[in-house]
Amino acid sequence: MNNTKAAGQTRREKYEQHQRRRSMLIAAASTILVLAALVIFVPMAPGWEKVQKSFFNAAVLTKTFPKLLDAFVVNVMIFAWSAPAIAILGLFIALARNAKSPALFPLRIFGATFTDVFRGVPVILTVYLIGFGIPGLGLPRPWNSPFIWGSLALVLTYSAYVAEIFRSGIDSVHPSQRSAALSLGLTELQVLRDVVLPQAVRNVVPSQMNMLIALQKDVSLLSFIGPVEIFRQAGVFKSLFANFTPYVGAAIIFLIVTIPATRYADYLMARQMRERR
Amino acid sequence: MVKLISIAAASFAFMATTSLAGGHCAADKTLTEGKFTIATGNPAYYPWVMDDAPESGQGFEAAVAYAVANEMGFVAADVVWVRSSFDEAIQPGVKNFDVNMQQYSITAERDQVVDFSVPYYTAPMAVLVGAGATDTAATLEALKGLKWGAVGSTTAVQKIANTVKPTNDPLLYGDNADVNAAISANQIDAAMFDLPTALFLSAVMIEGSKVIGQFPSAESDNADQFGMLMEEGNSLKACVDEALTAITENGVLASIEAKWLQNTTGVPLIK
Repeated sequence: MNNTKAAGQTRREKYEQHQRRRSMLIAAASTILVLAALVIFVPMAPGWEKVQKSFFNAAVLTKTFPKLLDAFVVNVMIFAWSAPAIAILGLFIALARNAKSPALFPLRIFGATFTDVFRGVPVILTVYLIGFGIPGLGLPRPWNSPFIWGSLALVLTYSAYVAEIFRSGIDSVHPSQRSAALSLGLTELQVLRDVVLPQAVRNVVPSQMNMLIALQKDVSLLSFIGPVEIFRQAGVFKSLFANFTPYVGAAIIFLIVTIPATRYADYLMARQMRERR
Repeated sequence: MVKLISIAAASFAFMATTSLAGGHCAADKTLTEGKFTIATGNPAYYPWVMDDAPESGQGFEAAVAYAVANEMGFVAADVVWVRSSFDEAIQPGVKNFDVNMQQYSITAERDQVVDFSVPYYTAPMAVLVGAGATDTAATLEALKGLKWGAVGSTTAVQKIANTVKPTNDPLLYGDNADVNAAISANQIDAAMFDLPTALFLSAVMIEGSKVIGQFPSAESDNADQFGMLMEEGNSLKACVDEALTAITENGVLASIEAKWLQNTTGVPLIK
């Protein structure tokens, strides 16, 4: 018999198990306490019945939810064509701002101005100004569609943010790698394409996930210039029923999409932290 | 001495309030005793309120408001104006107005959440078209093919969906100004408004636009009646209804309508 574990748990293991159990019990107790407080005390508020009727009305929710889902398809469509355009334009702006050659200085100025302007103006203003302004110049249909110009407004604003994230990714690649690659005889373009960008992009994936989640919500801003996406559809129902429940329904649909996406971004971030350690 | 003055002041204030409230149907029922608080839109539009200044009593709803207040026993100085959005009007909780008038259509669904007075105006729905579509015939068949727009919070949305049934999905906006912008940018051909608003927009706001038709007011989903909105269960409703009925019966309401709302007989009916 050479089973060294015959004596069972060591004192240390026992202690640690005890501590784990203790913290789990405390966590469970405090969670139950908070939930109980919410369930018991919120309905005791004098206005609860009215709030429940106008924000959490089951009849209104069941009546409107399927149509809200239909409207959400519009959000998904706008998101689907805007996101790739943002990635491409954002990367281009980041590269423009990082251009090293003196001849490309105007490009750097352009990149800096672009990010300054579109990061500095609220999205909704950009959506309004571009969404109504450019079609107002007299474009023929279908080229004056709010879907086109509203999406462009989103693309411009989000590219500015995404470009800054890409730029931080590019800066995070140590300059010695560039020097090493150049000394091996690679051209500037090869260095950028094969050495810097692959690492830069990889470094910023978690941050860019957060931008995707934000974009997914901001698609709703297009409702201000005409498209009937989920927020507008909920607003129509709100007016029809004089009840805010459709907004709660829309929020639920958003959460169904964003919570998994946020968790995935968290997971990517955590994995990256582990790899770097 | 100071005490004497304060007693005098207090008794004077007491006399003032009692003399104002004396004999009112509305006594003890308004938000502020002796005052009648009315909410309107922000901004409030012509021809309902002139120059966004309801205090002047100019414009149809402003004039009706003062007529109702007068009927209820309030002098003009006792009318207090506040601004409110539709959302503020329907949210649960305490309201900052006694009545809210901004062309609220009375619907059965809304009536479950808030109270409405008896109607003070019946507005037919009308079709406003931009410069590019002015020769559209006033028939449902012709209207189907147009690109439609409307303000998302109005009953016009249901009218478009249920009566016009257009081939293309309509675009919806937050307020009248945005619908104007969309018509001007040729993003939509036609928009649905109540007739007085459509006539105003066409005459003043959107160059080259035209009101090509109105829907017969006999249509069941077209009984767009405007009522004053009140908090659900407001005890003031009986007084407001009584006052509105009185000014309807003595012709005051009709004369206000004749003064502020354009002659709408020139607009053809949509077949």
